[in-house]
Amino acid sequence: MLPLNTKAPEFSLFATPDQKVSLSELIGKKVILAFYPADFSVVCSDQMSLYNATLKFFHKYNAELIGISVDSKWCHMAFAQDRKLHFTLLADFQPKGEVSRLYDVYDEVEGESKRALYVLDEEGIIRWSYLSPVGINPGADGILEALEALSKNKKVVH
Amino acid sequence: MLKPAVSDKDHFQGAKSATIVLVEYGDYQCPHCGRAYPILKKIQKQLGDELKFVFRNFPIEESHPDAVQAAIASEAAALQNKYWEMHDALFEHQNDLSENGILSLAKNLKLDLKKFSADWQSEELSQKVEDDFESGVRSGVNGTPGFFINGQAYYDNWEYEYFLNYLKGLLQVR
Repeated sequence: MLPLNTKAPEFSLFATPDQKVSLSELIGKKVILAFYPADFSVVCSDQMSLYNATLKFFHKYNAELIGISVDSKWCHMAFAQDRKLHFTLLADFQPKGEVSRLYDVYDEVEGESKRALYVLDEEGIIRWSYLSPVGINPGADGILEALEALSKNKKVVH
Repeated sequence: MLKPAVSDKDHFQGAKSATIVLVEYGDYQCPHCGRAYPILKKIQKQLGDELKFVFRNFPIEESHPDAVQAAIASEAAALQNKYWEMHDALFEHQNDLSENGILSLAKNLKLDLKKFSADWQSEELSQKVEDDFESGVRSGVNGTPGFFINGQAYYDNWEYEYFLNYLKGLLQVR
């Protein structure tokens, strides 16, 4: 995992078949990067469905959730429709796994992203991270605690 | 770690100050919770007064469109002292948790339907269900059924024999 309190590396990936999203576009918001192995696998689906249901809590902290896997934009589109997901999934597809490697969460053996979370502050600095065992859905409590701590710190500083 | 801890606001079955407090975060429309339902009944029967069983709502609405109204219905039934009766009925009729389906369960339980319908629409009960959900998220529930034993998350197997033996083991350690 990348070290805390360092700048999250910039990337630009497809979010829909004709639209790319760059990390720099999200400056001003907190960002949760949720790397996961694959669309439609049982555990991932639970994790993404859960995050879909917890979006409103993330939004309270001015945080945007981004899911990232090596699946293609077409696969993401089908997955998002099937699970009625209301957040962006990015396709780390071409070159495969490049962004996952950049974030040190690529599983070279499986050819998939590991199950890993990064929370970035409004300036794009990594403030929290978590690498989950691949078969275990990490839930949302760690993310929420990180967001809460960030919001509190903010108040003290400003 | 369970946040907030079990309190008088929770619905429970079994002995109030039992050695083992088992909390389930569940979704009435989730098939896994439906499968856990008879298993938990059997476990409660086996452990008797050694077990306090608490249920909190964790409806995942986008996956289970009727789960929220089912959860609120259980809370509405609670206001007529039929929480567990409704809880059981919902799990036993998991395949039809439509508005009409739930109304007929309320009728079968001989609830005051006028009061039930009003409570079912109430902002307060809807908020209670949301608060349950949020407490689950903050406690680390990562899917349903999500279990906590004496405040600690339990992510292990909940098949009948395994789960019963695990819980019995806790009695012996004491």
